Amino acid sequence: MATQHSRSAARLMMAPAVVLLLGWMLVPLIMTLYFSFKKYLPLRGGDLGWVGFDNYVRFVTSSAFWPSVLATLAIVGGVLVITVVFGVLLAILLNQPMWGQGIVRILVIAPFFVMPTVSALVWKNMFMDPVNGLFAHLWKFFGAQPVEWLSQASLQSIVMIVSWQWLPFATLILLTAIQSLDSEQLEAAEMDGASPLKRFAYITLPHLSRAITVVVLIQTIFLLAIFAEIFVTTQGSFGTRTLTYLIYQRVLESQNVGLGSAGGVYAIILANIVAIFLMRIVGKNLDA
Amino acid sequence: MARAVTQQRKIINTVLAWGVGLLIFFPILWTILTSFKTEAQAISDPPVFLFFDWTLENYAVVQERSDYMRYLWNSVIIAGGSTVLGIIVAVPAAWSMAFVPSTRTKDILLWMLSTKMLPAVGVLYPIYLIFIKLGLLDSRTGLVIVLMLMNLPIIVWMLYTYFREIPGEILEAARMDGATLKEEILYVLTPMAVPGIASTLLLNFILAWNEAFWTLNLTAAKAAPLTAFIASYSSPEGLFYAKLSAASTMAIAPILILGWFSQKQLVSGLTFGAVK
Amino acid sequence: MGRITLDKVSKRFGDVEVIPPLDLTIEDGEFTVFVGPSGCGKSTLLRLIAGLEDTTSGQIRIDSQDATHVPPAKRGLAMVFQSYALYPHMSVRKNIAFPMKMAGVSEDEQKRRIEAAANALNLTDYLDRRPGQLSGGQRQRVAIGRAIVREPSAFLFDEPLSNLDAALRVGMRLEISELHERLKTTMIYVTHDQVEAMTMADKIVVLQAGVIEQVGSPLELYHEPRNKFVAGFIGSPKMNFIEGAEAGKHGAHTIGIRPEHIAVSADEGPWSGVVSVSEHLGSDTFFHVHDTGLAETITVRADGEVGFRHGDRIRLTPRAELIHKFDENGLRIA
Repeated sequence: MATQHSRSAARLMMAPAVVLLLGWMLVPLIMTLYFSFKKYLPLRGGDLGWVGFDNYVRFVTSSAFWPSVLATLAIVGGVLVITVVFGVLLAILLNQPMWGQGIVRILVIAPFFVMPTVSALVWKNMFMDPVNGLFAHLWKFFGAQPVEWLSQASLQSIVMIVSWQWLPFATLILLTAIQSLDSEQLEAAEMDGASPLKRFAYITLPHLSRAITVVVLIQTIFLLAIFAEIFVTTQGSFGTRTLTYLIYQRVLESQNVGLGSAGGVYAIILANIVAIFLMRIVGKNLDA
Repeated sequence: MARAVTQQRKIINTVLAWGVGLLIFFPILWTILTSFKTEAQAISDPPVFLFFDWTLENYAVVQERSDYMRYLWNSVIIAGGSTVLGIIVAVPAAWSMAFVPSTRTKDILLWMLSTKMLPAVGVLYPIYLIFIKLGLLDSRTGLVIVLMLMNLPIIVWMLYTYFREIPGEILEAARMDGATLKEEILYVLTPMAVPGIASTLLLNFILAWNEAFWTLNLTAAKAAPLTAFIASYSSPEGLFYAKLSAASTMAIAPILILGWFSQKQLVSGLTFGAVK
Repeated sequence: MGRITLDKVSKRFGDVEVIPPLDLTIEDGEFTVFVGPSGCGKSTLLRLIAGLEDTTSGQIRIDSQDATHVPPAKRGLAMVFQSYALYPHMSVRKNIAFPMKMAGVSEDEQKRRIEAAANALNLTDYLDRRPGQLSGGQRQRVAIGRAIVREPSAFLFDEPLSNLDAALRVGMRLEISELHERLKTTMIYVTHDQVEAMTMADKIVVLQAGVIEQVGSPLELYHEPRNKFVAGFIGSPKMNFIEGAEAGKHGAHTIGIRPEHIAVSADEGPWSGVVSVSEHLGSDTFFHVHDTGLAETITVRADGEVGFRHGDRIRLTPRAELIHKFDENGLRIA
């Protein structure tokens, strides 16, 4: 639908966005790559020369590396399972006829709007504090010993905080998907004698599969990068040091930029693997 | 589904949904309630829910001690500035992609989105260095630029999905009617895309408002927004629940209200058009 | 003035040649209809004239001026789109005013022309409504109004009636014809509906796969189709084609006879067959006749009062002087 004239105009109008993003991507990336091959300690001598793949080897062989990968996987995996399962259930519930549907939806969505630093602080102090936290009161009420959540069950606590933040997102998207399900399909299945459980398994769930994939992939991108929740609660202690946080510590706390940059390259590679999957799915949708 | 639902079933649904809804909302509700308590009541055992002496004292203390207005203003400038700047850059790009697509349009879009997936921590130090060199550290300008770049892919993507719904014939009609490219975008496309632009604006404002990696790491005192304001309550002030709650309420209230008003528009944007 | 000349104009999309080089002249004041099945390139041809697509080669001249590389707005043409393409955020008045605003026409003049257009198109009561509040026919009239006020040298219509229901379509068809009578401006009208082409056109251009099959007045096309494609496309119900021995009798590879040129009777006539379906329209009756040994089905148009039914054996008489003869390439034998 285009003429030569509009095509060249289009290229011109696309230029600012493309150039900006290209710069935003390439300049820091090249710098990170550059630092990753150097021994670079800003506070202890600065640039101490090229070291080849030393930083890469040191980063993976450090005792903190594998635990941090496991912690990352545990948090991402845990949050994904919780948000998808409860998201599907909640979406189905919210799709039923009821009074005050709009208000309930607002209540359910609310956590999404809470900034990560706030939700981490509120959960840490007012709910998970072993002395004055609400959970401690609840445990005592039932005669149980209050749990020191952020040290005894640190990973689970973080998973819970993050799940609370992301459940609204999953629910919202799954609800949108459920609402787009043609009710005649369900009625046809009912006429064919399918029980409610069978209707869910054979019609609703397959219909949701695409939305679930979208939820999983978008959340994975954000979850791989969670920072504030850990920064505010455990500062990476008690086994909650994720890959992101480990790199952060190497760069800012130990001021070892070379080592941190090598870690950064690993994180970028990891994120790109996830990105390829997401791009495939989103790309397919572009064709449709 | 045009079918009569039994009253009983509706009641069960309602009770269940409200129960779950309130449970999910409870941490926010509890924070808001606590912000009106005295410190003693805030940690009283057993906890009190509604029957306490309501007070506004905490808000006054928080404002006095940490100059809430300055952080709020920084948040507004940073979130608003990055979003508006992003939209100005993104509208022409999205127009090109939606109405003059080429074989590479799809690749460019996907590439843009993939930049969103670069882990920020991987490039923290380079950005830090660049900021020092350019004197942007702890400046609102610096954060506006970084957050704009961070959200630009999402803005382009959202606008692209909205623009694609606008029939190309209308823009062609404008072209036949003698509109220049600028007039076509200004008088025809933009007014028609107002709902889409509004929801893009909202979602990105919220994302920028809540962004807590760059805002924590690239600011100190001068340009710090509310994310940093609240992080400063991490300890030992965190033990003063009532004040922590007041500060938290002040940090999230603006966005909570904005988000509630615009939840419908947000959904369509959030799914990147992948869920209809 | 509005004389449009296409000189060896062609269009490719990538490797696909949508329109092979083609020559065509549209005279000033003429009502020209491009007709053909969907995908025949008629809309592309219109968009090339409008300037919404680039030509791959060749020249487009408007009033002897080379317009091949002139942007759409500067060609002095107005277009009415299939979807009407009204600006949904503007009132009817603003929609009609838009092209004048773009051209910098003075406020007074704008007002005068809007009123004139609104009067002519029965839109006076709707000027302050939004397009969304109008019916399909009203929207169509707004789109036409927006085209009129530009006072273009030619109007381009891209299937403007295809989104209207059948009854409205007939009414709008008449209105557009009247408009042409009144303005005497060149109009180019694209449609896939041969009835619209026949009823409105001064000149019909029949297209197939980007190639002009025939150019002529409606009656020329009806009486002397240049080939089998035009013969089959123009006229409703479609012309019957018969091959083999019966065609050989006329010295042709294929003969064609229009349904309205065949007489039916119970016992008289050279051809015979069995009625499979009879459609009674009141004014006419259409018989679909099988088992003739000539073709799969022979369609016959008879008087409304003729009462044969399913299963009746009837006899058919073609009017010999109205039989069309085609050679093995489908071309007309004079």
